[in-house]
Amino acid sequence: MIHSLFLVNSSGDIFLEKHWKSVVSRSVCDYFFEAQERASEPENVPPVIPTPHHYLISVLRHRIYFVAVIQSEVPPLFVIEFLHRVVDTFQDYFGVCTEAAIKDNVVVVYELLEEMLDNGFPLATESNILKELIKPPTILRTVVNTITGSTNVGEQLPTGQLSVVPWRRTGVKYTNNEAYFDVVEEIDAIIDKSGSTITAEIQGVIDACVKLTGMPDLTLSFMNPRLLDDVSFHPCVRFKRWEAERILSFIPPDGNFRLLSYHVSSQNLVAIPVYVKHNITFREGSSQGRFELTLGPKQTMGKGVEAVLVNSQLPRGVLNTNLNPSQGTYTFDPVTKLLTWDVGKINPQKLPSLKGSMSLQAGASKPDENPTINIQFKIQQSALSGLKVNRLDMYGEKYKPFKGIKYMTKAGKFQVRT
Amino acid sequence: MLSMSTNNSSYNDQGGADSAVEIGQETTPTSNSGAGFGLFSTDFKKNDDLKEMLENNKESLKLEAMKRIVGLIAKGKNASELFPAVVKNVASKNIELKKLVYVYLVRYAEEQQDLALLSISTFQRALKDPNQLIRASALRVLSSIRVPIIIPIMMLAIKEAASDMSPYVRKTSAHAIQKLYSLDPDQKEHLIEVIEKLLKDKSTLVAGSVVMAFEEVCPERIDLIHKNYRKLCNLLVDVEEWGQVVIISMLTRYARTQFTSPWREDGVFDENSERAFYESDEEKTRDDTEIKPYTMDPDHRLLLRNTKPLLQSRNTAVVMSVAQLYWHLAPRNEVSIVTKSLVRLLRSHREVQYIVLQNIATMSIQRKGMFEPYMKSFYVRSTDATHIKSLKLEILTNLANEANISTILREFQTYVKSQDKQFAAGTIQAIGRCATNISEVTDTCLNGLVLLLSNRDETVVAESVVVIKKLLQAQPSQHSDIIKHMAKLLDNITVSMARASILWLIGEYCERVPKIAPDVLRKMAKSFTSEEDIVKLQTVNLAAKLYLTNSKQTKLLTQYILNLGKYDQNYDIRDRTRFIRQLIVPNEKSGALSKYARRILLAPKPAPVLESAYKDRDRYQLGTLSHTINTKASGYLELSDWPAVAPDQSVRNVEVIEPVKEWAPSLGKTGKSKPAKSSDDKFYSDSGEEEEDEKGSGTSSSNDGSSSSSAGLSLCLCVPPPGPVCVSGPAFVPEKSHNLLHRMTGKGLAAQYQFTRQPCLYQPNMVSVQISLTNTSDHRLEQIHIGERSPAGLKIHCFNTIGESHCFSTLDDTKEDQFSVSIQPAVGDLFLAVTMTEQDFRKEQGKLQGMNECSATITVTAENTSSQPLNRRVAAMANVGVVPSGQDNVHRFAGKTACSGAVLLVTVELRESSAAVITINTEKSVMGSMLLRDLKKSLAQA
Repeated sequence: MIHSLFLVNSSGDIFLEKHWKSVVSRSVCDYFFEAQERASEPENVPPVIPTPHHYLISVLRHRIYFVAVIQSEVPPLFVIEFLHRVVDTFQDYFGVCTEAAIKDNVVVVYELLEEMLDNGFPLATESNILKELIKPPTILRTVVNTITGSTNVGEQLPTGQLSVVPWRRTGVKYTNNEAYFDVVEEIDAIIDKSGSTITAEIQGVIDACVKLTGMPDLTLSFMNPRLLDDVSFHPCVRFKRWEAERILSFIPPDGNFRLLSYHVSSQNLVAIPVYVKHNITFREGSSQGRFELTLGPKQTMGKGVEAVLVNSQLPRGVLNTNLNPSQGTYTFDPVTKLLTWDVGKINPQKLPSLKGSMSLQAGASKPDENPTINIQFKIQQSALSGLKVNRLDMYGEKYKPFKGIKYMTKAGKFQVRT
Repeated sequence: MLSMSTNNSSYNDQGGADSAVEIGQETTPTSNSGAGFGLFSTDFKKNDDLKEMLENNKESLKLEAMKRIVGLIAKGKNASELFPAVVKNVASKNIELKKLVYVYLVRYAEEQQDLALLSISTFQRALKDPNQLIRASALRVLSSIRVPIIIPIMMLAIKEAASDMSPYVRKTSAHAIQKLYSLDPDQKEHLIEVIEKLLKDKSTLVAGSVVMAFEEVCPERIDLIHKNYRKLCNLLVDVEEWGQVVIISMLTRYARTQFTSPWREDGVFDENSERAFYESDEEKTRDDTEIKPYTMDPDHRLLLRNTKPLLQSRNTAVVMSVAQLYWHLAPRNEVSIVTKSLVRLLRSHREVQYIVLQNIATMSIQRKGMFEPYMKSFYVRSTDATHIKSLKLEILTNLANEANISTILREFQTYVKSQDKQFAAGTIQAIGRCATNISEVTDTCLNGLVLLLSNRDETVVAESVVVIKKLLQAQPSQHSDIIKHMAKLLDNITVSMARASILWLIGEYCERVPKIAPDVLRKMAKSFTSEEDIVKLQTVNLAAKLYLTNSKQTKLLTQYILNLGKYDQNYDIRDRTRFIRQLIVPNEKSGALSKYARRILLAPKPAPVLESAYKDRDRYQLGTLSHTINTKASGYLELSDWPAVAPDQSVRNVEVIEPVKEWAPSLGKTGKSKPAKSSDDKFYSDSGEEEEDEKGSGTSSSNDGSSSSSAGLSLCLCVPPPGPVCVSGPAFVPEKSHNLLHRMTGKGLAAQYQFTRQPCLYQPNMVSVQISLTNTSDHRLEQIHIGERSPAGLKIHCFNTIGESHCFSTLDDTKEDQFSVSIQPAVGDLFLAVTMTEQDFRKEQGKLQGMNECSATITVTAENTSSQPLNRRVAAMANVGVVPSGQDNVHRFAGKTACSGAVLLVTVELRESSAAVITINTEKSVMGSMLLRDLKKSLAQA
């Protein structure tokens, strides 16, 4: 399946290569570089590039291209999903997935890649198992290793892969037994010029951090499971129980994992938590444009809107801006024409606004499109859809765990057309 | 094989101090890097010291050296010179060191074959290690060393590992099969044997890998799958996600060769008329003399049912593969269940979106209805990458119909103004396609496009002109005013492509705008010298066409233009001018061609067809690489067409495997009766099989932790019955089905059950009961499942929840109904037929005397005195096999109880004057006496 993997940085250097079958010359990447050159933006490089003898399937994460070399027919999503899993694993291990981190930990990276694929077919991709095979590097361990000469390869061979619960290792022990669940909902919306909603939907995830001793068997139930329209589960969730009783029943992996992602049925009207008043005009013949933007809370269920960040790609004709934010800071990059306004918290009494003028290229005709405004925000302690967890029970172990649940709403792809 | 330690000295000689390690140009003098990852940091050392470090006795130095070497490999530098020094460490005790040596070995063994052989003995030893993980990793590395000389060793190791106790090792051996095959394809036959063996494996760990090996080595040997088909279907939910993808795509191919099409013959791949599709169906059923109703093979249904939960997988590849399975295999009305999940994938990474959108594009051409409700999910965001945008555009265009076109056009209006001009141009093409497909909006679109002609952006204008040209070509008659409008625009438009297109249009339809055309020509003549080449060519064209149609007004103009063209700098234009002059102006030199000038220049030209680029993509299986790149990728396996007649379905029947010696081939045809489908109900009745254990065997432990449904395979020990007994197929399957739930009591849901007398799929000691559910109501029934299982000690293996039972009018009120029902098996159905010889029969009978024997004398009816009807009577009553008998008047039958495997022997001895003695020997005396009572009744009856 996957023949080789090349890691390419944003300046087009191959800084890591790994082969699972016979060695493929790195010159195969020239086809990739060609495509990269043709693309105007880094994101526009096509994910699948056919070459005379191979096929290149690439993903772009953290400004690094992960280019897999394929020799024969394979579902492209299989490769893409795997590459993303690799990136997730690196992130899990090194905290960040940057070129520097990978170069610093090249041996661990190599060991990981070796375990994750055998002959190009995925072998161990569960983080619980990998962590048993190869210990993630920590500062402490690095120090200890240099002194004692011990290694970061697990002495114990993993048990999880062989057990009935392949995602959980055995012999987990904690002094404080805790289980935390974060219900995070993201609202995707497109708002048109006049402020009416073109499309809006809510997607949510439940991320869990479970640190429980032994083999706990958890059940999580909702007050209003009917809200969930389409769901996808971590493999640990028992599908039949969900189908029959709308209860999440599972033996959790150890540590952090995503338990569930869901989509809220579209029949429910989505409450848009913020509104935007805008007035962006370019006049024909004048080298000035007006820019006015005001944000305000709409339906937020009494919770404050925080961490608001506005950005907008201004037309190419804009040379510079002279704006005045009522709160927060704004930046404008004259090269990329990206306007960013870090608003912070919205105070309903005093609405934040950004007003001023834009200077345009002299003599150039007026841009025909007004920029789109992308907004990010957070609302703590509330899930926009109203989803509520009813209770969490644990079976199979004797102790009383500490349980916690947190709700949050975020903006996903929230766009306002002007 | 030499051992490592004795070889040390020879290595030193060979290595020598002179062989500098060849690695790049980095020569930084600093030394003393503490950490092993020093390679990428600033302190590069000379790599000469690596060899010394490796030969040092200290583990830590060796380890550091290996780490640096791995760093070199990662960078793609050549470190092959170090091979002798590295290979010595293959037997190291330090696990990390060992692993790094493995990495090195696998990378360079091919180049240093002779030296690589030195490591083999270490692996051979490790293959016998008591620890399964060490065995597995030894096999992994051994098979990754691409040295042809060790092929026999590999082969042996694979064969051994394939019968290893540990499923993990067996999994590794499945991977090794592919490696060996790519190294030496001549081993195919042997490898197929191993694959065949591993396919029988019941471990979820192995299933994915072995199917992968199957796909790689012998995808054409579909016959190997038959016996494993049901097992694979049932295991599927529990297999790891990557294996699921591979198994699903293999099963898709398999199903297309084994089952008949669930699509109606006339159900063309065109779905705008789902209603018509069913109407025709009704008509057809009326004259049901000719067309026999389609019934889905239960195995086909099994596959669809077991893959459905996987739509909820977090792995996008799994979801996609289930979606393609439904697309290629499911009845038309069931495909749409995948829509929601596919749309969900659009929330994922950019690359995932790209692939999923491509597949949706292909699907949406054939089946608009599937994605129409989700139209808004395909709205373009300004932050999308360009290829994502154009795919979304493609899908929106495919989804456009009379009802939603206005919404879509409004959305398109926003896109046209996009800063991404390539995307704006794409939108204009999309508008063009909508305009040709939906005649109601053609005019609106045209007008909109005409407005765009005054856009400032060149690409937008050019694209609009080109699209308008195509649209007008399709129906020029009504649109002379648009042509006039465009002629007017000629003064303002500067994009040469657009100007050329307008000139061509005027030339082509000059007879429709007789007044304007000469005037345009006049203007062009004036500016001819300053025009672009492409415009000049079209001007010459226009002149020629006008000369032919309206020579009176344009003769002089044409000559003027031709003269200008004659002296143009561009040879293309000079050539064209010369050619046109000869063609249209007749003189003595011009040959026969000029007679046809009019027909050449003003020939009717076919209108270009505006259609989707994804139109023909469905020739490739969805979700494949070939589909994505729209050419056949190497190794692509064609999806075959449905067979007209289904191949024998009994090949998939699996006999219950007894842990005893020989094996009698199953008798006769095992007629699996399908849920009968009367011709007047229009849906496929779902059939689920439910298994029931008569008296809990007690050995079963509960399903621990696995999230799955079909736990059947794991547990439950079956005690082998004493004696030489082989289970055989049932001699007779009663057709009679019993009512489980009447349709009146069941509020529309009727259920019937029947004992199939088949060995059970899940556990050998269960009895299979086939339940046919029929929806007789006019609303849909969802989530039919078996709930509480009442009496203690009775174990039911329930079927998965049946999604819904379809019917056509959908009424949306949900109600939960529970019906309690009970299955009452006749005692005879709790046995399994076995075959045995008369000798064995007597031996068994000898053991079962006294308490275990019961007998009765009865008077049999006349027709039951001959052997044939008698055998049938007994077989109908109980699932027992006939034992060949030496005596004419004594008939013997043998069976065993399904639950505990206790032997049951029936002897019917006919005496004079239609008297008969029935003797039953069995440990289970209660069952024996019950059966005796039934038999008495049955044989005495006429």
